[in-house]
Amino acid sequence: MLNIPIKDYFRETRLFNSRLSIAAVGVLILTLILLVRLVYLQIVSYRHYATLSQTNRIKPIPIPPVRGLILDRNGVVLAQNFPVYTLEIVPEQVDDMDALLEELGEIVRLNKADLTNFRKQLRKRPRFENLTLRTHLTEEEAARVAIKRPFLNGVELQARLQRHYPLGNVGVHAVGYVGRINEQEMERIDKSAYRGTRHIGKLGVEASYEKLLLGRVGFEKVETNAYGRALRVIERIAPIAGKNLYLNIDARLQVLAERELGKRRGAVVAMEPATGAIVAFVSTPTYDPNPFVNGIDANSYRALLEDPDKPLINRALNGQYAPGSTIKAFLGLAALETDGFDAGKQIFCPGWFSLPGSRHRFRDWKKGGHGAVDLHDAVVQSCDVYFYQLAVTLGIDVIKNFLAPFGFGSKTGVDLIGESVGILPSPEWRASRGQPWYPGDTVVTGIGQGPILVTPLQLVYAMSTLANRGVGIKPRLLRAYEDAKTKDSRTMVPETNNEIPMDDKRNLETMIHHLESVVHTKKGTGYGIGYNAPYRIAGKTGTSQVKSIGQTEVYDEKKTPERLRDHALFISFAPVDSPKIAVAVIVENGGHGSSTAAPIARKVMDYVILGEAAVDGKRKQAKRKVETAPETREAPNPNGEAETAATSDEQMVVNSDDTDENL
Amino acid sequence: MLLERLHLDKTLFLALLVLAGLSVVILYSASAKDMTATSGHFLRLLIGFGAMILIAQVPPEHLERWSPYVFGAGLLLLLAVSVFGVVSKGAQRWLDLGIVKFQPSEIMKLGVPMMLAWFLARASLPPRLLNIAIAIVIVLVPVFLIVKQPDLGTALLVLFSGVFVLFLSGIRWRIILATLVLLGASAPILWNFLYEYQRTRILTLFNPEADPLGTGYHTIQSMIAIGSGGLYGKGWLNSSQAYLEYLPESATDFIFAVFAEEFGLIGILLVVALYVFIVFRGMMIAFYAQDAYTRLLAGGLSLIFFLHFFVNIGMVTGILPIVGVPLPMMSYGGSSMVMLMAAFGILMSIHTHRKIVEH
Repeated sequence: MLNIPIKDYFRETRLFNSRLSIAAVGVLILTLILLVRLVYLQIVSYRHYATLSQTNRIKPIPIPPVRGLILDRNGVVLAQNFPVYTLEIVPEQVDDMDALLEELGEIVRLNKADLTNFRKQLRKRPRFENLTLRTHLTEEEAARVAIKRPFLNGVELQARLQRHYPLGNVGVHAVGYVGRINEQEMERIDKSAYRGTRHIGKLGVEASYEKLLLGRVGFEKVETNAYGRALRVIERIAPIAGKNLYLNIDARLQVLAERELGKRRGAVVAMEPATGAIVAFVSTPTYDPNPFVNGIDANSYRALLEDPDKPLINRALNGQYAPGSTIKAFLGLAALETDGFDAGKQIFCPGWFSLPGSRHRFRDWKKGGHGAVDLHDAVVQSCDVYFYQLAVTLGIDVIKNFLAPFGFGSKTGVDLIGESVGILPSPEWRASRGQPWYPGDTVVTGIGQGPILVTPLQLVYAMSTLANRGVGIKPRLLRAYEDAKTKDSRTMVPETNNEIPMDDKRNLETMIHHLESVVHTKKGTGYGIGYNAPYRIAGKTGTSQVKSIGQTEVYDEKKTPERLRDHALFISFAPVDSPKIAVAVIVENGGHGSSTAAPIARKVMDYVILGEAAVDGKRKQAKRKVETAPETREAPNPNGEAETAATSDEQMVVNSDDTDENL
Repeated sequence: MLLERLHLDKTLFLALLVLAGLSVVILYSASAKDMTATSGHFLRLLIGFGAMILIAQVPPEHLERWSPYVFGAGLLLLLAVSVFGVVSKGAQRWLDLGIVKFQPSEIMKLGVPMMLAWFLARASLPPRLLNIAIAIVIVLVPVFLIVKQPDLGTALLVLFSGVFVLFLSGIRWRIILATLVLLGASAPILWNFLYEYQRTRILTLFNPEADPLGTGYHTIQSMIAIGSGGLYGKGWLNSSQAYLEYLPESATDFIFAVFAEEFGLIGILLVVALYVFIVFRGMMIAFYAQDAYTRLLAGGLSLIFFLHFFVNIGMVTGILPIVGVPLPMMSYGGSSMVMLMAAFGILMSIHTHRKIVEH
């Protein structure tokens, strides 16, 4: 028999109708439950709720905390809160609104949007509320309103605090900036902590220490009458201001370094090896963060984005460069640490190097070659051929394993968000990208070319580790933070990343001695900054190639377009015996490390070791710029102003966003 | 008559018209006399009624044939949302089509019952175990995608739209019981899958006073609004809870509280009666429908309309957690308006395209 399901129409109908009846009963029961509940609320508990409705007069109004200040190590203010003025009107106190608006229009600029917006509020809001007419009055406008105010009924001038960066573009890549909270951030943050607060740290220290800077929101419970008019404050939970941050940055040194780089693109990072304190963190070109606070206009933003010099890029943190010859400082040490390596053995440099069985010539920067050189000479003169050979002898795996503990290819752990890691290449790394590793890749790694990439921060970290004789200290921008009210402060403790195990600690001293010779001996590539230095410097120059030069071509700096010219690098620390400062300098398309980058490093070291007076005349300008910057710390009680700062549109009772998120 | 020629069910149409008129009046008050919001709502109603009339012209046989495609398209759109969707207020629910943003999860409120009715009607009823299993998969796939957005409220509604159709198809009681027992047993596990804020909202239900300025605030203020309305209400435009801004979301999810405050229990009885009347009219249409597909669909859609109503009022009166389900027809800005009216269009089509009409 065929097993074809036959639809039994009547049975289906009967079944469906019985189910439908059950559903109907269900609908009735549920409706009944609702009705019982409604009767309970509206009849049984009517008196209770009617009373509550009458006495429902306590509104919680958030009081946003004052954001912590950001200061440099000497107390120079890098980020502060500046009052901005808002013009408000209480309609019920105004006799003739049109006349008032006309009068105000004469003393402050009121455009059509301001007026339309105000009229709209006027129709919708209760007449006893403060309605905003204009925001961001200029100082002058605010003063004019303040003078006229006694004669203008219903006009109020409110001061609200706004983030301001008094030094403008100085140190923007370290300090960062705040901006309006956007939708993505809205998801991430604890909304109750941000009641009444409209800004959040977007970049730099402002972002990485957001939690410390924010502070805690306060509340004012206000009693209102049955029409909502505020009568008195019942309870006040004061906000707790954010912590003031003291950075390790020295604003004067920062200005100095930025000036030394001038219009060139580049980065300077200076760090105290012993503490990890970053005293200068420069990426040029810089830009002014102030327009970002309330939303930069589209045109200015596009101009910044499309600027060929890419000012928005944080070169110190995210710029990834071929380290060039600076890598030799570490490869030399790798060789010394390798069993059976004879540092005294000379090899002959004819000006080029070839792998056995290959005709490809890897060139030395010096056309005629360096002649016979041992490790010391090769480091001092930055002989490429020696290091080509060295890289091949060591092999890429040894190189990689030796460089990794110096921080190459990994984050330094600096207290900024979004640090780049660079590339510490290896055959495995290549294989993961589906490409083979060629012997030539190992050769060029010997002079810091090829796939290897480092950030300026990684370079200064590696150099500091060398200065510490193998101990890596985590770089840190934050020096200390204090409670804004009690002034209780906490100083950050240096964090040791690791101590690199050495077979023979004397190898470190040997290598450091070679690096000292780079700067202090006549043949050294860094002699230009070392011949007159009153203290001992260990350093290494580097020139990293941007454009690959063909086998038969000759690199001519003058004929190469600027953006294809070599990057100039210099890494150093000083004094050699008790290092106080380590510096990494990169000047994009700057030509030679020795002539372009090294002098900048010297100035930075002079400033730290010899003091400001030792640096040439330019420092006077730098100093002036810092000193003329306004300091909020003396400003008349910014905290007091903040407390009256909540404007009506910020007086959100609860987060109305809540109900839109479905359970 | 014009209504009949337009394939509209007179009774249902008039009831919807009254409800629509009422909604404009209330919204004007609940939005604090905001003409932009009120006219926006009016415009949405117009579009909704247009969609209803349009769909009412389509014979149910066509709807039946399209069912898998509607479901399939909805599924693709849900996938598209998880890939290209616009993130707003913490959830990725919207597709931005340039002019309008819309929520594909809404389509599933139609797509799932259509698909299930189509699938179950192909075999004889009650469905066999295998078909029930397939039906459950059909429901759970879109539900899962919506839960991930995350939008638990809509996911539950879509889930129930499927559950209703399955229930009406006549699956055996022992299967229903077994499922309920299983669900009860796994409740503690499901609890762990909820977000913290979702748990808080459920817990708040049992003790709103625990956090009167935080999560319990909505419920408390809404109950004050309703309770203080009393028997006769405070009168139109006199909702102090809404005007003094104690009641949040007064024009959207909590519009019923404004209505209750202004029109009292008497007004409420009228509105509840109107909603229940519409639900029962829909169930009548299911009763008179002449094949398995149309009766399952008509019954399912009527019940899901009731569920929207029940959940919203339950949430506003404090017997259900705050899940963000708007009151159908009344709440402002519901992107669900078109879908809702399309459902009524389907009901009308089912009723007015019957082959044999008894007199």
